[in-house]
Amino acid sequence: MEFVSFAWWTMAFRWLHVISGIMWIGHLWYFNFVQTPSMPKIPDEQKPAITKFIAPTALFWFRWGAMATIVTGLILAGMNGYLGSAIKLGIGDHNAHNTAIGFGMWLGTIMWFNVWFLIWPNQKKVLGIVPAQPDEKKRAGRIAGLASRTNTMLSIPMLYAMVGAGHYY
Amino acid sequence: MKNPLDSLQSTVVLGFVLTVVLILLIHAIA
Repeated sequence: MEFVSFAWWTMAFRWLHVISGIMWIGHLWYFNFVQTPSMPKIPDEQKPAITKFIAPTALFWFRWGAMATIVTGLILAGMNGYLGSAIKLGIGDHNAHNTAIGFGMWLGTIMWFNVWFLIWPNQKKVLGIVPAQPDEKKRAGRIAGLASRTNTMLSIPMLYAMVGAGHYY
Repeated sequence: MKNPLDSLQSTVVLGFVLTVVLILLIHAIA
């Protein structure tokens, strides 16, 4: 057992990638399966517990989990030598693994983009971290909500591609 | 028309439908 071998470091980056991914998708599913459906049932005077305390902390771990996942994922794909082939979905390479991981990487990248460029900037307006007029807040909430739902939908095929590439294709 | 992503249930169903599409795409390409 060699702890400084390239194979060990590749395994270590895969482990960090999975840890980061759980941090990210765990919070994504918390927002979509727990927090958002619960908000209408919470009495108005108790809502600030979510909007002022829980949501900002959850969003912190959510967006940085997304960042750590894409960074460790790209390093991992580079170390494994399939980054280039996966980016072009393995087309022409007749390699089902690279096609599968490529789809997973593209889906994950779209989701990462949604987190940093749609969900987070709009959630800052919704939560009052940056000032916004009421109608602007409403619109921001709609965009952030739909981007979050889109990511929940995409997480299902994304995980098929990721796990499939590791264990089947 | 109502956006299917407004419903959590439809979102999950669409996720599984997209997975079937993905499986077919992987097999078609590879």
